[in-house]
Formats: sequence, C-alpha cells, structure tokens
Amino acid sequence: MMITFYIAAVLVGCIALSYAFRLLGRTAGTSGSRKLFRQMPLTASFGIMVILIYAVVAIFAPIVAPYGEAEIFAATNASPGQVPEHLLGTDQIGRDLLTRLIYGARNTVGIALITAVLTFVLGATLGFLAATLGGWIDQLLSRAVDVLMAIPQLIFALLLITIVGQSTINMILILAVLDSTRVFRLARAVGVNIVVMDYIEAAKLRGETLPYLIFREILPNATAPLLAEFGLRFCFVFLSIAALSFLGVGIQPPLADWGSMVRDLAGFINFASMNFSLALLPLLAAGAIALLTIAVNFVVDWMLHRSSGLKE
Amino acid sequence: MNSVIRIIAQRLGLGLLTLLVVSVIIFGAVELLPGDFAEERLGQAATPEAVAAIRKQLGLDQPPVTRYFQWLGAAIQGDFGVSFGNNLAVAGQIFGRFSNTLFLAVLAAAIAVPLALTIGILAALYRNSIFDRVANVGTLASISSPEFFVAYMLILFFAVLNPWLPAISNIHSGMGFWHKIESSLLPALTLTLVVTAHMMRMTRAAIINLLASPYIEMARLKGVKPLRIITHHALPNALAPIINVVALNLAYLITGVVVVEVVFVYPGVGQLFVDSVKRRDIPVVQACCLIFAAAYILLNLTADIMAILSNPRLRHPK
Repeated sequence: MMITFYIAAVLVGCIALSYAFRLLGRTAGTSGSRKLFRQMPLTASFGIMVILIYAVVAIFAPIVAPYGEAEIFAATNASPGQVPEHLLGTDQIGRDLLTRLIYGARNTVGIALITAVLTFVLGATLGFLAATLGGWIDQLLSRAVDVLMAIPQLIFALLLITIVGQSTINMILILAVLDSTRVFRLARAVGVNIVVMDYIEAAKLRGETLPYLIFREILPNATAPLLAEFGLRFCFVFLSIAALSFLGVGIQPPLADWGSMVRDLAGFINFASMNFSLALLPLLAAGAIALLTIAVNFVVDWMLHRSSGLKE
Repeated sequence: MNSVIRIIAQRLGLGLLTLLVVSVIIFGAVELLPGDFAEERLGQAATPEAVAAIRKQLGLDQPPVTRYFQWLGAAIQGDFGVSFGNNLAVAGQIFGRFSNTLFLAVLAAAIAVPLALTIGILAALYRNSIFDRVANVGTLASISSPEFFVAYMLILFFAVLNPWLPAISNIHSGMGFWHKIESSLLPALTLTLVVTAHMMRMTRAAIINLLASPYIEMARLKGVKPLRIITHHALPNALAPIINVVALNLAYLITGVVVVEVVFVYPGVGQLFVDSVKRRDIPVVQACCLIFAAAYILLNLTADIMAILSNPRLRHPK
C-alpha cells in the first residue's frame, strides 16, 4: 500500500516538475525557444528536463560527487544510511555508491555518445557514398549490410567480443560497426532521393569533388531525418551497452557504470522485504538507464510528430 | 496458386542462402582470431608439441575451406564439436536447454500477442482519449527500459515483497506442465512487457493508417458502429502489417531472451551462451550463434511469406 503511494507521489512529482519546467521555458530564453516551449507537450518537456539534468551531472561529475571514482573506504557493504558519510552505502570493496552512480552517468552516457557518433560517421558516410557512386560499390556495401543485419545484433556482438576479447574499446568499435548498418540503410535511402536532384547535377558539372558532394550538398539536405534517427540510435546503443555491461562483457572495471552496478548489486533485491532501501540500490542504477532512454524517446517522438505534421 | 508456391520456394531458397552466408561469417570470424584455436584451447600450457598435437587432433592442419565444410556438414547432422570447458559434446549441452528456451519464448508469445492486439485495437478505436495517451506513454516507457530493469521490478513486486512467484526459474525435466509455467511466468512476463509495447504501437499505427482510407469513411457515413468498422473493415486489411509486426517482434524475443535468462538463472541457451562468451568457449559460442541466427532468419522469413500470402498485390511485383 505504501509503495503504491510512493509511486503515485513520484509520478505526480514528475508531472509537476515538467509542468514547472515548461512554464520556465515559456517565460525565459529567446523568442524562438519560448515559441518552441509553447507548443510542447508535457512528455517532451519532461524529456528535455531529464536530458539537461543528466548532462549537468555527467559534465560536472567530479564536483557533484562527494568522493573520487575508485576511492576505497573502510566501511564495506554498508546499507543506505547506515554510515552517515555514505548516503547510499558502499559496495563489496568499500566504494561509495553515490559517487559510483554519479560517475556512472559520465562513463555510461559518455561511452554511449561516443559510440553513437562513431556509428553515425561510419553509417552516414558509407550510405551517402553508396548513394552517390551507385554501381558495384553500392551493391557491395548494401549486400554486406544485408548479411550483417541477418544476425541478431546482441548475439553478433557477443560472438565478436568472444573473438577479440573483452575490453571497453573493443565493445565501442564492435557496436559502432554493427549499428552503423541501420544508419547506412537510412542514409542511403535518403541520399538516393537527393542525388537525382538538379542541384547535385549542377555541382557535378561544376566538377566538385566527391567529399564536397557528400558533405556540402547531400548532408545539409538530409539532416532532419538523420537527426531524429540519431536520438533513436543513441537509445539503442545505450541499451546495448547497458545489456553487455550487465552480462559482464561490456564496460570493464575500474570504470563505474550502471549496467555492471546492477549486476553487482542485484542480489540485494532479495532482502527487500526486510529492508526496502537495500532493493533501492540496483533499481536506482537500472532506473537511471531507463529514465534517460525514456526521456530521449519522448523528445524524439515529439520531434518526429512535429516534422511529419501528422494530424491523427 | 502456382505463383504463390514459386514465390515461397524463392524466399525459402533466399533464406537458406542467407543462413549459409551467416555460417561462413560465424566460422570465418573465428579464423580471424589472433593466434590459433589450439593455443587458445591450451592457454598457459601451450608448448609447441602440445599445440601441434591438438592441431592434428582437431584437423587444424588442413586448409580453412576444407574445415569449414567439415564443420558445416557436422553441424547439419547435429554435431557441433566438443566444448573447450568440459570436453563434453556441445550438441548434448544445447539440446535440453534449447527446448527450455523455446518453452519460454512460446509462453511469452502466447501472452503478448493477444494482449498487444487487444490494446492496439482499443487504442486505435479510442484514439486521443485518455486511454490512448496512457497506453502511449506506458508503452514508450516500457520500450525504453532495459530488460533487466523490467525484470528486477517484477521480481521486487511479485517475488520478494509479495511472495507469489519464484524469483529464480528452476526448470528441470521432471516437472509437471503447470509447475513449469509457474516457474517461468516471471521471465515470460518480462519478455511480454518488452515485446507488447512494440507490437501494440505498430498495430495501432497500422489501423489508424487505414482509417483515413475512403472505404472507411464510406462505412462511417453509412452509420456503421465504430467497433464494427474496425473489426470488419479495417482489421482484415491491416492483417498483413500486423502479422509482419508480430513475427518481427518474436524475432526480437531472441535477443531479449539472453538477458532475461541471465536475470532469472533460467536454464536455456541464452544463459549457456553468455557463460561461454565469458569463458571464450568458442565451439559453444559458434553453435549458439548459429541456432539464434537460424531462428531469427526463420522468423523473418515467416513474416515475409505471411505478408505475401495475405496481400495478393505483393505476388505480382512490378
């Protein structure tokens, strides 16, 4: 009964906060941003608020966190509130969990962002290249992508990790390559429609080079669909990294990250009936992952809705 | 009718070809391994003589192409080689677990498909109502959550705080059917929550897409009731995309199953797969990969064929 009450309180709190945030956005800022906030649904303003909070925490992690990332203390396995210096308690080897959680924002989100950017650079460049050049290069790249997409992504990533060994860099590269197949498909599909335009023909007749064609002519005209796709890809990469870390083959210690925190602390859930705050620890880390993806999805959903001009 | 059979045969051939290419990748990827299968297996104890002996025993002294066909031929007959970890036959380890995984997937699908279709149709019927909004936000949230978050939430509420269901799925062969269902209900519910969201959203989108067509407007002008419009006019025409969505999401279960099996210590292929990845037990990883990929391709193929069967226009490509 108490828990239902807590959940309701948290939900109401979220709604109130995002409402307040939207009001703030409507009154402060440039006229452009004010206009944007006026049309925004509550879910989107909630998403933007959460993303901003994550960004601040991730960037200023050393200032926000009470201790150093891998600092070890005498109190081990302390439950939340047991030792006053450690708000959320400590883990098996005595690291402060609040600190780990805050640094987790930096590592997990940062690594996901790097991977997503790599995915995009790789996928979009190859996709536009295939669209511009056509012919056998297009065939070769497209068929290669088809084959890569025939194996479920997580399974393929696990196979490749077995082969090249577990390390953070390997995981980033593997996920970037596997995920770029989706971006390639989109970039190629968008690019093919742009390549047949007259201004591309004109640029070709002017004798422009291939990089100029791709980055100065095609890219600016394909930003809108690619931007929405970037949000979705980021979510996907973020969840994949969390899953791999949770399985123990993703981000490697001593880096603090949420996926491996959930795995390490999951056992505490079984003691929730005795001390509810114990169950809070793994759920906080897992919830932090869920909250960010939900927020990004809310924003992307709104952007897609706005750009498509859908009136259902 | 002949054209249908021809198209299906064509698709089946294409699926087999894809599977063949995938098997080449799975085999070839291991060839890229720095060092050698034999050294990898011996680890610290890799003296030149021992490596040479193992190479001879495993047939590694033969060229890769020969070995690939030997491996493939054996795999088709159900022989996936010998595990590095415990020297047992891989096929024997996988077989029992495979039926467990299949049981879990079927159970999840049996709950998820009717649930998703019902909510999807209701959301399309009462679109822009409060029910639709709540379903929309709820499904968006459950798509975005990692599988393990959903799993631990369910464990917290249905196993720990209210001890109704077991938190660990202890499945063994001597169990009765209902007992087995009870033990695997929590993992199945986790998968259901993750998959339902996708299916429901796509069902809703498919139906709403159709509601703009002229014949629906005609039915509305005739004074047909909204529910009847959806079940009699929209649904039969939305069947193709819906079947497609269902099959694609069942394919998605394959990825979800890996994480969920680890959370619930469910004795399935996913659990074995992850353990083998950590131990770098390459024959087991290869076999699991091949099985997952085959299931994935099969489900995608089914989606393709069902779509062609339910939409005659696809049978005559321009």
